[in-house]
Amino acid sequence: MSALGVVGGVLQPVLIVSFSPVLLGVMRQVRAHLEGRAGAGIAQPWRDLRKLFGKEAITPRGTTEVFRIAPLVLIGTTAVVAVVAPFVTTDSALGSVADLFAVVALLALGTVALALAGLDTATAFGGMGASREMTIIALVEPTLLVAIFALSVRVGSTNLADIVSSTLRDPARTISPVSLLAAVALVVVVVAETGRLPVDNPSTHLELTMVHEAMVLEYAGPDLALVELASAMRLTVFLGLLANLFLPWGIATELTPGALLVGVVALMVKVGLLGMVLAAGEVFMAKLRLFRVPELLAGSFLLALLAVAASFFLA
Amino acid sequence: MNDGVYVQLLDLACGALLLTGVLVLWRRELAVIIRVFAAQGVALAALVAVLAAHENSPELWIVAVGLLILRAGVLPLLLARALAAAGPARRETRPLVNVASSLLAAAVLALLAYAVSRPLVALSPSPATQAIPVGITVVLIGFFVLVTRRRALSQLVGFLLMDNGITTVGFLTTSSVGLIVELGVSLDVLLAVLVLRILTARIQESFGDADLDELRELHD
Repeated sequence: MSALGVVGGVLQPVLIVSFSPVLLGVMRQVRAHLEGRAGAGIAQPWRDLRKLFGKEAITPRGTTEVFRIAPLVLIGTTAVVAVVAPFVTTDSALGSVADLFAVVALLALGTVALALAGLDTATAFGGMGASREMTIIALVEPTLLVAIFALSVRVGSTNLADIVSSTLRDPARTISPVSLLAAVALVVVVVAETGRLPVDNPSTHLELTMVHEAMVLEYAGPDLALVELASAMRLTVFLGLLANLFLPWGIATELTPGALLVGVVALMVKVGLLGMVLAAGEVFMAKLRLFRVPELLAGSFLLALLAVAASFFLA
Repeated sequence: MNDGVYVQLLDLACGALLLTGVLVLWRRELAVIIRVFAAQGVALAALVAVLAAHENSPELWIVAVGLLILRAGVLPLLLARALAAAGPARRETRPLVNVASSLLAAAVLALLAYAVSRPLVALSPSPATQAIPVGITVVLIGFFVLVTRRRALSQLVGFLLMDNGITTVGFLTTSSVGLIVELGVSLDVLLAVLVLRILTARIQESFGDADLDELRELHD
């Protein structure tokens, strides 16, 4: 554990918690702008969260502890990833947790907790959403693992911080076929995992199309606020991982105020740009039929597998 | 061209070949498949151009230009015209195996290609021969498309995909097949496509459909 890692471990979660709702606001604003609407402004997600946190906590009758604990597990696992993964600094506060398998497992744990909560409500929508989410995650997790694993083969370590610093040392690596195939696979799974179009529509409450929204339908007040905040944080975490695994430039490698400032600004610019591109892309896309989603995910799994194969044979 | 850049460009072209091969399997709309096939032609020509620049051989440059014209220009154009002639009802492929399974099958085929080409790579390890598995994967994916698609036009794309793969393996193993041989092969492919196109049109005229699964029984 180094001083740089500790500073990163404090700075990253603060940054991600405070700016992930803003990112969501920016993405909605971009979408509204392209659709010719005025939009609610980039601070609207924070205003919604403040309103929800101010409300009284209620849970539906008949639900158990699973329902009450799920938002805490979701936000807790995401916060741990925000602390350990290399977003602002290349060093990690807890080096061994910044491992590829640990990070993916933590993120999956949050999703599973939410799916269990959806089942716990015993409503039709909750169960439907949970079942759909499990279908998606069963294909997303292996792809996520295999795609990042393809990058780790050359580094010889599954530690995310090591992968990022080695890409920093050898920039030519980013245009190899391994990186390109892994990047395409990772973009698809990030879109699927964060519940964006064309897999899930984040702005709809139409019963037949919901995945994520169906699971959290029974939440209200502070619990809902936690779930919403955690979803925004997950989006930021995934986009941040995507940005830093493939384009790590700007990340702080030494403990000086200047380097840290550059690291923070670089992360915000990269994640902001990715978010804007994602939002702009969504305007031109229709939601995929649910039965076509496994096709999309199987395709991205194949690309990830080819990336791993290529990293062994073309190198 | 220095060695580092050469290896990077070679690998990049091979990655593009692989990606377009997978996309042919992935997408359903024939128009998109034909465009992807044209992109694969560009990737193949780029691969040959990289080899030409590395070997400093004017003959290979001519072959690269010829490949670009044939595989990214003439063949996709012929396919697109055949598609336009088939009418709006036949825009989508109807695979025998669903897309998700065929993508997973392609993953297995890729591993198979890597397994069988290891002795070939071991004969003379160089950046070019190390990319042989990519060519063999494209051949296998092409064969898979050929056997699992119903429409005559998508089977034609599978056949051309196989040919792209064979050409890739040829150039990666020997660096130059020779201008005459390549010219002969290219003309053969062009002729095959022309003949198959006419055949497809005739099947369409006689039976009102180019679905080869329905041609099992004899009619009057």
